[in-house]
Amino acid sequence: MARFKKKLGSRSPKISTASLPDIVFMLLFFFMVTTTIRDASLKVQVKPPTATEIQKLEKKSLVSYIYVGPPTQQYQAKFGTEPRIQLNDSYASLGEVAQFVEMERKQRDEKVVPQMTFSLKIDKDVKMGIVTDLKQELRKVNALKINYSTKKGSQKTE
Amino acid sequence: MPKSKVRDVPEINAGSMADIAFLLLIFFIVATTMDVDSGISTKLPPMPENEQEPPPPLKERNVFQVLVNANNQILVEGEWSDISKLKDEAKEFINNNGKKDNLSENPEKAVISLQNDRGTSYDMYIQVQNELKRAYNELRNEASQDKFGRKFNDLPADQQREIQKMYPMKISEAEPKNIGGL
Repeated sequence: MARFKKKLGSRSPKISTASLPDIVFMLLFFFMVTTTIRDASLKVQVKPPTATEIQKLEKKSLVSYIYVGPPTQQYQAKFGTEPRIQLNDSYASLGEVAQFVEMERKQRDEKVVPQMTFSLKIDKDVKMGIVTDLKQELRKVNALKINYSTKKGSQKTE
Repeated sequence: MPKSKVRDVPEINAGSMADIAFLLLIFFIVATTMDVDSGISTKLPPMPENEQEPPPPLKERNVFQVLVNANNQILVEGEWSDISKLKDEAKEFINNNGKKDNLSENPEKAVISLQNDRGTSYDMYIQVQNELKRAYNELRNEASQDKFGRKFNDLPADQQREIQKMYPMKISEAEPKNIGGL
């Protein structure tokens, strides 16, 4: 009996770690729900301009991205600093835009094709020339719903 | 340890569950981006077809001309302007309702014509778009405040459509030109 009592008294009780997985899973689900998978590694620098009248892009699955900007540092030696268009994972010329749009459409259900949005992620220092050309290409293939990606900024005038 | 007669199902050790979950968690943190995608949504006009007849000419007073040159300077209705004044000028033009002779007859007929140079910076272009959109949004908000006592975004869909009909957003982008100043 004496031995038994001793055991109960002295040692501090172990903390149960059984609920640790639950906590971690909760965190995991939080991250899974709130985030989107990074689908392309950027080869161009994009510093978006700021604007106030912005709308959130809904239905991420219906959004395709087109990036325009100067090549990132590691590619500058090869491609220079002139702004370039990036589609998926590689640089592309204007002529490839139509093909890209077609590919993106094929990946989706036919019913949702009219709701597809093309998000243009364009660096703020890019000149309008290349943007205009890009827009003309999109018009040619009837991809008319676009979104100029911007950051939320403060109002400059009142 | 007492031995039961029924064969015990061995307990699975759940101690490593946390490690697995952590691994997954770290994968998701690394592979994802947190930024919310937002921006200015617009619709491009469809490519003109050949046999299509040209649209009827608009009255000069119903067109609000905004030109942006390669040096990011703004010309509004033939006069130098500034980005900070653009919104108010646009609002005055849209909401003129025939008061002044050189401004629009009514909001439904008002068209904003935007033309930029190939050398205009994208930043400026977005700012101009933003200001013009802000002009419309403010007018819509005022109208819905007057009519329904609530902000435009809080209105039900049919009332939103009514306000949209009062103030249709007509921003037309002219085919780009090399105006110069490069």
